[in-house]
Amino acid sequence: MTPLALLVTLLGLSTVAFWIGKSHSLATVGGKSGVRSLHSLPGHYGLLAAAWCALPALVVIGLWLAFQDAILVKLVTAHLPESVRALSPAQFSLVLNDVRNVVAGNVPASSVDANSAAAAAEYLHLRSISRVALTALALSIGVLAIIFVRRRIVPEMRARNQVERIVEWLLLGCSTFAIFTTIGIVASVLFEALRFFAQVSPWEFLTGTVWSPQTAIRADQVGSSGAFGAVPLFAGTLLISAIAMVVAVPTGLFAAVYLAEYAHPKFRTWTKPFLEILAGVPTVVYGFFAALTVGPALRGWGEGMGLSVASESALAAGLVMGIMIIPFVSSLADDMITAVPQSLRDGAYALGATKSETIRQVVFRAALPGIVGGVLLAVSRAIGETMIVVMAAGLAANLTANPLEAVTTVTVQIVTLLVGDQEFDSPKTLAAFALGLVLFVATLALNVLALHIVRKYREQYE
Amino acid sequence: MERVQTEPVAIPKPAARTSQVLLVTDRDKTVGTITVPDPVFKCRDVNVHYGDKHAIKNVSIEIARNQVLAMIGPSGCGKSTFLRCLNRMNDTIPSAVVTGSITLDDQDIHDKRQDVVQLRARVGMVFQKPNPFPKSIYENVAYGPRIHGLAGDRVELDEIVHTSLQRAGLWEEVKDRLNQPGTSLSGGQQQRLCIARTIAVNPEVILMDEPCSALDPIATARIEDLMEELRQSYAICIVTHSMQQAARVSQRTAYFHLGDLIEVGETDRIFTNPRHKLTEDYITGRFG
Repeated sequence: MTPLALLVTLLGLSTVAFWIGKSHSLATVGGKSGVRSLHSLPGHYGLLAAAWCALPALVVIGLWLAFQDAILVKLVTAHLPESVRALSPAQFSLVLNDVRNVVAGNVPASSVDANSAAAAAEYLHLRSISRVALTALALSIGVLAIIFVRRRIVPEMRARNQVERIVEWLLLGCSTFAIFTTIGIVASVLFEALRFFAQVSPWEFLTGTVWSPQTAIRADQVGSSGAFGAVPLFAGTLLISAIAMVVAVPTGLFAAVYLAEYAHPKFRTWTKPFLEILAGVPTVVYGFFAALTVGPALRGWGEGMGLSVASESALAAGLVMGIMIIPFVSSLADDMITAVPQSLRDGAYALGATKSETIRQVVFRAALPGIVGGVLLAVSRAIGETMIVVMAAGLAANLTANPLEAVTTVTVQIVTLLVGDQEFDSPKTLAAFALGLVLFVATLALNVLALHIVRKYREQYE
Repeated sequence: MERVQTEPVAIPKPAARTSQVLLVTDRDKTVGTITVPDPVFKCRDVNVHYGDKHAIKNVSIEIARNQVLAMIGPSGCGKSTFLRCLNRMNDTIPSAVVTGSITLDDQDIHDKRQDVVQLRARVGMVFQKPNPFPKSIYENVAYGPRIHGLAGDRVELDEIVHTSLQRAGLWEEVKDRLNQPGTSLSGGQQQRLCIARTIAVNPEVILMDEPCSALDPIATARIEDLMEELRQSYAICIVTHSMQQAARVSQRTAYFHLGDLIEVGETDRIFTNPRHKLTEDYITGRFG
């Protein structure tokens, strides 16, 4: 039975288990009239039986399938002739590749050499045995579980509480899913980054000022050996983020102050959706806007004023990124300002403060920690933003503070390093993971700090 | 702390009325004397509407200098709303409409020439919940003088802060930590800080909206002592839910009921010899 058919069968079996559990619980108390002497509703006994039938069998199936391939490959390769097993790892993996292609039906067995064809045939044979074994095991576990639970069903059995416990475990499993995924991502980035740092020293990576990741792929190629000083990337990222924040923080903040304190409710209901639309525009669309409209426009104006502006400039990318972040800043600041209790405003008004004095000196002061937290979150978004800078900031790793020149960022370099065919043992490709690690650590630190500030601020007024 | 008096003043129960005058039951006319000699506030036919709700109905009353006027009445009777008319705090509520005449020293506070900011500097307010600003103790008190330019230099400002805190009875407790945030004080201290903040602007009238309802009895007693001292220089209006407090601190009492001003008079008289049926019911605890 294929794994899919097995799962469907198991589902059917557990449905049967549900009915057995339900009807047996009623039978123990002499039919529907005795339902009150049952500890739980008949349905709970049914659910319990179904869970016992399905869950252990599912765990067995999951584990079996996870290890099946590795074990089968081990068995198959053990039977390959000595000459094949003595091949270098790279060539050996080519042989294995042939075997897999035949197994998957991508190529006919006749097109590969006899050894591989035999191995593929053996693999298929072993796999069919494995499937039969798995089917027998899983279904018998299911049936045994039904028999076991059916014998345990007595009127005093606390099926309701046990079902509750099972549900709790299922919920726990779902919630830890995110944790394990995060750990997995971090681990994969970390291990690749460590491989990179085995070839390039961390000191050189973090302090070097020349970024030129092109390395010769073959020994006879003419090419530099690569320079992995990431400082120009960090500088470019910071420059563009700074430009974005210069645009987004004042605009977003003042928009929030106006909307929260001055705006007529009608104006508010009309403006808010527009800000939300701004937040909903895909970043790739902002990218077009930056690369096709803002960049050339800036170059034109620069020429008019006698400045030389690159058509892909930090300024264009930063400005558009700032526009993208405005709604983010303004909605966070709006939350913080409306969270300031009315009693503080009343206190200031009662002392004879004007509206702007109240807002500047009392409301804003009270909301400041929350606003700082929001701005830090915005910075971490700006640092991690990719699409706009890929399209508008350029690729040249210039170490410059001039916003009119092209710069490149950490995210842009990760994209360019990993686009296209890559070999995963050259420092050029692995550098992407090191950059990813730096980016991850930076944004994580910013987020943790910002969320801490925001939470502390919220507690103050709740 | 020696002046702290926590035991409630016994409210004399009105003597059993057998042959006395019949109690008034008409709600349209205020019983008692609404006028005082040399009033600071004169209110005539004040009405407040919140949208469709008629919160204050034709209230006329005068407020005397150097006296504490207590406003009592069941929840929702409009006493806080009326208090907020006196410094035009109702302006901050968009749906509120105030009509009628209110004069402060014979000037109409709703006059176009009246600057509401100036009005609020002359009529200070203390709120139900202490609301110190998120600033230091010093800056809380200095805030009012700063925005109104009352101090020429730092020395004068220090002096205003010092005297205000002293008059609010807080100086001894905070003199060593003026730079700490105002929110670090206890509830009672915060409320006295708010009082200090109010008197730093040197107002003529101080409005207090249930200033002790969030405080414990000891802090309450300190604020009540303070009110007795402050009335030497200011007119004070206090809204309170505690009849004991009204009897302890006030010279005049006004009883509100569902937006009507039912009865006004000397506090002693109101609590011993109420003339309106509703006043009697309220102070004897039959409802409220």
